[in-house]
Amino acid sequence: MEKRTDKNVYTIIFAIVMVVVVGSLLAFTASKLKPAITENERIEKQQNILYALGVNENEGTGDIAFVSKAEVADLFKTKVTEQLVLESKDGKIIKTMTRQEYLDSDEKAKEPYLIDVKKQQANAKAGESRMLPLFVGTSEEGDTYYVAPIRGKGLWDAIWGYVALDKDMIVRGAFFDHAGETPGLGANIKQRYFMDDFYGEHLLTEAGAFKGITVAKGNADPKNNDKTDYEVDALAGATITGDGVAAMIKADLKLYLPYFQSLKTAN
Amino acid sequence: MGLFSKKDAKLITDPLADNNPITIQVLGICSALAITAELKASLVMAIAVIFVLGVGNVVISLMRNIIPSKIRIIVQLIVVATLVIIVDQVLKAFAYELSKTLSVFIGLIITNCIIMGRFEAFALGNGPWKAFLDGIGNALGYGVILIIVGFFRELLGSGTLFGIPVLGDAIEKTGVYKYGYENNGFMLMPPMALIIVGLLIWAQRSKNKDLIED
Repeated sequence: MEKRTDKNVYTIIFAIVMVVVVGSLLAFTASKLKPAITENERIEKQQNILYALGVNENEGTGDIAFVSKAEVADLFKTKVTEQLVLESKDGKIIKTMTRQEYLDSDEKAKEPYLIDVKKQQANAKAGESRMLPLFVGTSEEGDTYYVAPIRGKGLWDAIWGYVALDKDMIVRGAFFDHAGETPGLGANIKQRYFMDDFYGEHLLTEAGAFKGITVAKGNADPKNNDKTDYEVDALAGATITGDGVAAMIKADLKLYLPYFQSLKTAN
Repeated sequence: MGLFSKKDAKLITDPLADNNPITIQVLGICSALAITAELKASLVMAIAVIFVLGVGNVVISLMRNIIPSKIRIIVQLIVVATLVIIVDQVLKAFAYELSKTLSVFIGLIITNCIIMGRFEAFALGNGPWKAFLDGIGNALGYGVILIIVGFFRELLGSGTLFGIPVLGDAIEKTGVYKYGYENNGFMLMPPMALIIVGLLIWAQRSKNKDLIED
């Protein structure tokens, strides 16, 4: 005799019930947890920007340590003195807005640090203008640093980061993160020993043209003493992730070049 | 019969050695290759799989009499996926740091053939308590191999364990590096995980000849 659970009608009803139950369960969890998750993401973005700016709790050569969740909002207010949004089109900056001007420019505009770089990249690809957030802060030595977000592709998924530059576009801080690079290989872009190598590297040639930084194989400069070779040491077994880091630095930071040039002429 | 009879205990101990999911059943190899370049990732993956397989086996076992046989594989897949997504969301809301570490594993857990294998081979035909023990046992067996492989790959490939340098500094040439020792970068590549698993299989079968097939 055919079992009850083998009948087609039963199978279809079971499938429908299962989909409804699982669907509502997931939707319920997602909507209940959304505020907490958004808040965590907001904190993370602020922590990342502050980290690149040098505001972190790193000790010695240990793991990366962000400022604590409790302090992050206050520190973000005091350490980031200005949040700019540059409107870029075809490699030129057509408009420079302060945070308030940006928020007033569009009803849907969110805080500059919440600007979705991925979406802006898509806008640029579609021929529209791209909003470039830039966070201005002061280092402990009293220099003005500019933190820019970058985003690109690793081996498996997205990689992104924040780079702090001084007025000569010399890297003064860097933070990289990834969505799904291989643990132990590509995921090591999030390690201090990789990120710290970027400190002090130049992005511009002496003539002032944009050159970028290559994540290079070959260990030519393992202690990374040479800061004007436009190279940092690559990670073993993570060629594609490393190339992705180099590519996003080249593509995204280049867009800020006109702004830094205008800083020069203004002085 | 107590809650934890001899037969039940075997459900846990068997997969640890003579019926190990990786070295004997050769399941779950894909994730064993992907994430064992460092010990910490191996450990996190092991814990995640213990949780998902333990709970998943119980859920499937409870549903075993109502699941239509024609679509049972899809039902199993949905159960794993739902569990994993809920865990991921809860972690994102309440333990954000941990969820960042785990994000890579989410996809790998869903595709882990050990999970589907145990649902299909055990949970569909046994009660929840037995299924739970079987799930924990198999996940532990998987985890043990992961940790062994991770230990050797991180030690020989990067000279560290849990990210802490144990062999000295490769650039400053301290510790064993003073005597000309070099990290074997090849250990970081997935193929070396396969070779280590191969060596483990060899060691295990030469110790217990019963395991050798003709």
